[in-house]
Amino acid sequence: MKKYDVVMIGGGHNGLVAACYLQRAGLDVLVLEKNDWVGGAATSRELTPGFLYSNCSYVCSLFRPEIMRDLELPKHGLQVIAYEGGAVFTRDGDYIASYRDHDSHRREFARYSKRDAEAYDRYARDVTRQCRFIQPLLMRTAPDPFSFKPRDISELLYLGRKFGEFSAHDMAQTLRFWTMSISDFLDEYFETDVIKAYLALSGIIGTALGPMSPGTAYVLLHHYMGEVDGSVGAWGYARGGMGAVTQALASSFRASGGTIRTGADVARVMTRGGRATGVILANGEEVRGNLVVSNADVKRTFLKLVEEDALPETFIHRVKHFKMRGSSGKLNIALDSLPEFPALPKNSSCIRGDLHFTDSMERMERAYDDWKAGRYSADPFIDMVIPTTLDPTMAPPGKHFMSCFVQYCPPQIEGRDWTDADRDAFADTVVSQIADYSPGFRDRILHMEVRTPREIEAEVGLTEGNIFQGELTFDQLLFNRPVPGYAQYRTPVPGLYLCGSSTHPGGGVMGAPGRNAAAEILRDMKLKPAEMSPAHDVI
Amino acid sequence: MMLEMNTRRALQSHIATPRFETPFHPRIATLSETNDWYAWAGYKAPHSVFDEELEYFAIRSTAALFDISPMVKYRIAGPDAERYLNRLTVRNVAKLGTGRVHYTAWCDDHGHVLDDGTLFRLSADTFRLCCQERHLPWLLDSAIGFDVEIEEETMQIAGLALQGPTSFAVLSKAGFDGIERLKPFQLAEFAHQSGAVTISRTGFTGDLGYELFVSAEAALSLWDRLWTAGQLHGIRAIGYAALNRARIEAGFIVANADFMTAETTLRADRARMPDEIGLDWLVDTEKVNFNGRKAILEARRNQTLKHVLVGLEIEGNIPADGAIVYHRKSREAGLVSAAIWSPLAKRNIAIASLTRPYGTRLTEDLWVEIYALRELQYQKMMKRARIVPRPFIKLDRRAATPPGLF
Repeated sequence: MKKYDVVMIGGGHNGLVAACYLQRAGLDVLVLEKNDWVGGAATSRELTPGFLYSNCSYVCSLFRPEIMRDLELPKHGLQVIAYEGGAVFTRDGDYIASYRDHDSHRREFARYSKRDAEAYDRYARDVTRQCRFIQPLLMRTAPDPFSFKPRDISELLYLGRKFGEFSAHDMAQTLRFWTMSISDFLDEYFETDVIKAYLALSGIIGTALGPMSPGTAYVLLHHYMGEVDGSVGAWGYARGGMGAVTQALASSFRASGGTIRTGADVARVMTRGGRATGVILANGEEVRGNLVVSNADVKRTFLKLVEEDALPETFIHRVKHFKMRGSSGKLNIALDSLPEFPALPKNSSCIRGDLHFTDSMERMERAYDDWKAGRYSADPFIDMVIPTTLDPTMAPPGKHFMSCFVQYCPPQIEGRDWTDADRDAFADTVVSQIADYSPGFRDRILHMEVRTPREIEAEVGLTEGNIFQGELTFDQLLFNRPVPGYAQYRTPVPGLYLCGSSTHPGGGVMGAPGRNAAAEILRDMKLKPAEMSPAHDVI
Repeated sequence: MMLEMNTRRALQSHIATPRFETPFHPRIATLSETNDWYAWAGYKAPHSVFDEELEYFAIRSTAALFDISPMVKYRIAGPDAERYLNRLTVRNVAKLGTGRVHYTAWCDDHGHVLDDGTLFRLSADTFRLCCQERHLPWLLDSAIGFDVEIEEETMQIAGLALQGPTSFAVLSKAGFDGIERLKPFQLAEFAHQSGAVTISRTGFTGDLGYELFVSAEAALSLWDRLWTAGQLHGIRAIGYAALNRARIEAGFIVANADFMTAETTLRADRARMPDEIGLDWLVDTEKVNFNGRKAILEARRNQTLKHVLVGLEIEGNIPADGAIVYHRKSREAGLVSAAIWSPLAKRNIAIASLTRPYGTRLTEDLWVEIYALRELQYQKMMKRARIVPRPFIKLDRRAATPPGLF
């Protein structure tokens, strides 16, 4: 039986990124994917003829350009198209939009408040300052403060130096940013509720917290530190849907000689003498490898795939208590024609960006209250995009694909499992909210896929359907992600590594965890990567 | 406070014109031969109108009309307006008489300059603050505890600069009686149509000149009044390129060109104290309270000021904009932020920011490295630079009262 150098559990974007780097460094890598397609939560699926659905992740900004370059992803078909702003619809029939053009953006805010219009620059500057601090940390292994290895000490010094470049004032601001609620943070800049509601969205996406929960300001930051070709903070659509990211990775991987097996569901990690030696598939087949790397989240990896007695007690305890709570759902909709929003002016660019309907902080927090009670939000917030307004490849001409990210949506309904009836009722809260602002919306629907945490976990394997493989709060970042002492992609089981979003620097289609994990694995094997760009300079 | 629904709806159409047109735009667009526009604070503004070099000579020889409507304008009024502005700005507003204008700056708590601008005292309790950047949240937050109202009025008030030797003749001809009594930095209201125009003897050129502020509705009729009166006095419409030459000769600095305003800097070390950008003379340390006072005094006492802004005269005739300044041709000492060949001084001049002690203790043996791209080849030159006082030019006609009828 063939023994691979590396067996990768899961073909999500981080698994494929790590696999590409490892294969290119001369290792023989096998990617095992339980579904019949690769991609994990970055997929494009034709669930109804002629339509491609970005059925999990739906927009792209965080994916590191260094990785795209190293792995030649453009050559393998990846293209990201930036989109312009977006809008929130207000209940009084107006909207507030955001625009790429600085002055248009200010004038739009000035429709609501002259003060807020002029406050935006200060807000954007403060957020950008913090992003500039964090961005270089994304592509570095987090230092382990428990270790006295020279490398960890030098990384801690690097962190310290980065901090030293800040004024005392900025440092204070950093600590506040990492611990405050997005609501408190926005209150310091803005007076208009709808403006705050619009900006707060990035602070709670994918997080089982409300806008008034401490720690949510950082989540916002996480969504600002991406870029589209140097335009920092910009978001875009992957041409062909988010699957284009993983298809390009898979193609790059195969081109460098890697092997992908789909329909291969890993049931256990095999160990011998305490060391990982391969995996056992659900059908009982054994696949042997010198190393095993798990793209699965930390809970799935250690609570389902590894024998508990192979793990230290404290570690298991921390894994069990790692916060990875299901909080969101998704509707993917094929539309017969472009929906109309009478509130928007004709030819508004907003239709090509992200659209929301939650126009107050209170509605957002109330939506969270429902989640705490174990219910999906009666009045959910929706992050809605129609990528086909810019991407002609995802639907037939004139038809459209719409992605609706919906929050909050609990992993269980009042303590019991989801039923199909629950799912349909959940979908209806979303469709009726859209229909309130878009007459005739229901009639345009050709096909719809509804995904609650139940569906996301069952298909993608994300525990509780948590999109970040663990929430992005300060207690779960840097050397605390996922478990203190195990934040450098290594695990208590020799030969077993983690490379998914449960690890530093966290979730989003970023690829940095996969790349950093590959760097650590190669270091352990005393191999050099073929090409691994350091993080681009932030100057 | 959120604006009312109908007001908001009416403003939705802004997106149809991402570059707003100023109230004077119809006239400038008609005159424009070069169709050379740039974006100034969200407005379409002329970079040149017919020929930037000839436009410059209109400033220095006849009269030039420059649209300053995009300048950000705030109206500050109320019983506490003087006290409020004294706390806000570094200069002493108690010394600014009604009907006077002064140049000033304001700082954050760290003593870093938020902006510079001109403060017009329209009446005992009413002021207008004109500046480059937007500061409404700062101005409003600073007003807590003061009986003062602050209103942003950029759109409502149109502004024109009429600069040059014949500018007084143009205004006289246009029938602004009493204009001859206006001294530098003085302002007065004059009748225009059914309303009024505020004319101040101020400007950004170092020449004889005036600035006129009028409600947006009366803008075109004011333009026409000046244009008609100016026909025999060589009046020309000009763009920013020409004005920029004149302002460098006058030694004036531009926010976010010659220094970075504190609220726009991403890098902590880019903010500047008044003493670091040549504005130390504005700071009235006798005032007990003004924002940034403590930090500025501390920096002076502890000698922790890091930069200094200087005027340079550079040998030769190649403008040195963007050039690095060296000490002894080897050690980096600073950066040139604005430079031209001055037609009036017949010298190659520049405004530069130096890192102390260059420019303070070490003022000799300074050089600038000029990269002149000529037919796809850089000609690199190391030219000697001498620190000279600003302004680079001094014109008697600027201050003469009554001004000369040229």
